[in-house]
Amino acid sequence: MSGVTKPLNPRGTKYERADFPVFEFPVVGKARYNYTTGEALGRFLAGLKEGKILGTYCSKCGRVFVPPRMYCSYCFREVDGWLEVRDEGVVVTAVMSYISATRARLERPVAVGVIKLDVPGRQFDDHFFPGLMHYICGAAEEDVKSMRIFGAKVKARWKPPEQRTGSITDIECFEVVRP
Amino acid sequence: MRVGIAGVGWFGFQPEVVDYSFREMMFKAAQRAYEDAGGLDPRKDVDAFVSCQEDFWEGIAISDEFAPDPVGGAMKSVYTVAGDGLQCVGQAYMMIKSGLFDVVVVESHAKPSDIITLNDVMLFATDPISIRPLDIGNAHALAALEARAYMHKYGVTEEHLEAVVEKAHRAGAKNPRAVYASPGRSRSSSPVVADPLRDADIAKFVDAAVVVVLASDRVIRDYTDAPVWVDGAWWSTEISSLELHDWSFPVHAREAADGAYAQAKITDPAKEVGFAEVDNRYSFKELQHVEALRLAPVGAAKDLMADGAFCPGGRLPVNLSGGALAEGVPFEVHGLARLSYAVAVMRGDIKAQVDRREVAVIHSWRGVPTTTSVVVVLRT
Repeated sequence: MSGVTKPLNPRGTKYERADFPVFEFPVVGKARYNYTTGEALGRFLAGLKEGKILGTYCSKCGRVFVPPRMYCSYCFREVDGWLEVRDEGVVVTAVMSYISATRARLERPVAVGVIKLDVPGRQFDDHFFPGLMHYICGAAEEDVKSMRIFGAKVKARWKPPEQRTGSITDIECFEVVRP
Repeated sequence: MRVGIAGVGWFGFQPEVVDYSFREMMFKAAQRAYEDAGGLDPRKDVDAFVSCQEDFWEGIAISDEFAPDPVGGAMKSVYTVAGDGLQCVGQAYMMIKSGLFDVVVVESHAKPSDIITLNDVMLFATDPISIRPLDIGNAHALAALEARAYMHKYGVTEEHLEAVVEKAHRAGAKNPRAVYASPGRSRSSSPVVADPLRDADIAKFVDAAVVVVLASDRVIRDYTDAPVWVDGAWWSTEISSLELHDWSFPVHAREAADGAYAQAKITDPAKEVGFAEVDNRYSFKELQHVEALRLAPVGAAKDLMADGAFCPGGRLPVNLSGGALAEGVPFEVHGLARLSYAVAVMRGDIKAQVDRREVAVIHSWRGVPTTTSVVVVLRT
């Protein structure tokens, strides 16, 4: 590197645009899709519209799939049937989110978490369980940040039936159940 | 070490599979392939899985992650190739040849009916700086430019295209999954899309999934009594800039064919190959690809086509299935669609009008604006 002189301005030397004939090009075109829900997720969404969380189960391994699949990915066979899981469960993991997707600071931070749902008569470990990712409401910011929220009981807060469209957002959030 | 096909399964081949998601289509195609491979259990018997797909077709970023579980590959070795299904056959071929793998599953699926802005998505594949701003309106115009260049250079007329279209629909009428086959369809009365291409010259899109089980000669008899051997698999991409590619001839198909023939020790394809399944997503492409694959001298396919050499029962039947013009184009599944049909013919599952079923050559092109072809040589 001999012969390289120290820059006059260590904070960077101004350049003229003409020295670099490079510019950004605006995006042209658009990509839009209409995803087929299929049998499993179609019935799941129809269930949400009715205020129910539906899953499928595999009798061979005992797994319950929420969101449902029509096949068991572990046994590679068609699932054996449908069941309704409870609209409550426990928080497995959660975080506070302070910024939006465009990196703007949110007016009010939101709690996002994963909920292990209760299925009457069945137990699941933390490796594989029927569950949903959703907003957690009614949680103190400190409880989420300190992870005290983990293991807390939560219950779905549903939109009024007339506002449901058959979407994961038919559930507004999972609300912390105060003992 | 030889690599063979132990099982094939497919699902869909409908303009729109409304009832099933892409995952469910994959699962059903996989179930059928494993049943065809003697009831193979993907959780125990398969060493690796390869999926051929493309994020923009899926509408899902990093769609690789969606590949494993519907085909029985959860928590196993799975990877995705952004390319035609035959490129995945090439991957499986190499993996098995390496001696590290005995059974490799190849998968591809497509749901074009899920894409609202299909033309825009196709144009996303053009150079974003030098071509896309031209806003050419219809991606098929890119194929029309190639058609014009080829037809001008080799004296191909619209009557020759008519012959390709007619043959495709007539052959396709005997292929149960060729949903678009319509014998007697008149090319000349169908509207011009991008001159010289009329609506009848352009294959429609179709939803489909195909799964193929490949195995080494060491273990293949555990799964099938009638293996079809993959004796060559080669692919080639000409260049990423359409402006710089050969507009009048698919050099990539020639390169891919020569590579696959060399592997399969085929020196005179026009004599040694019994039948061929090639890309015909545009009518003129069938003529080009027949020539690129050395099944006819360059510029001569049009006359041999007119003489019936490539018809069912002809000297060297090409697209006994009707090809993409009759079955439709299921994006990256297309090569596997051609391959699965040929395998069924070679095994005698499909009674086709062909005298020599021992050697088949399979070709796929990824469509405009790509310059990528794959060629596979199959033997019984």
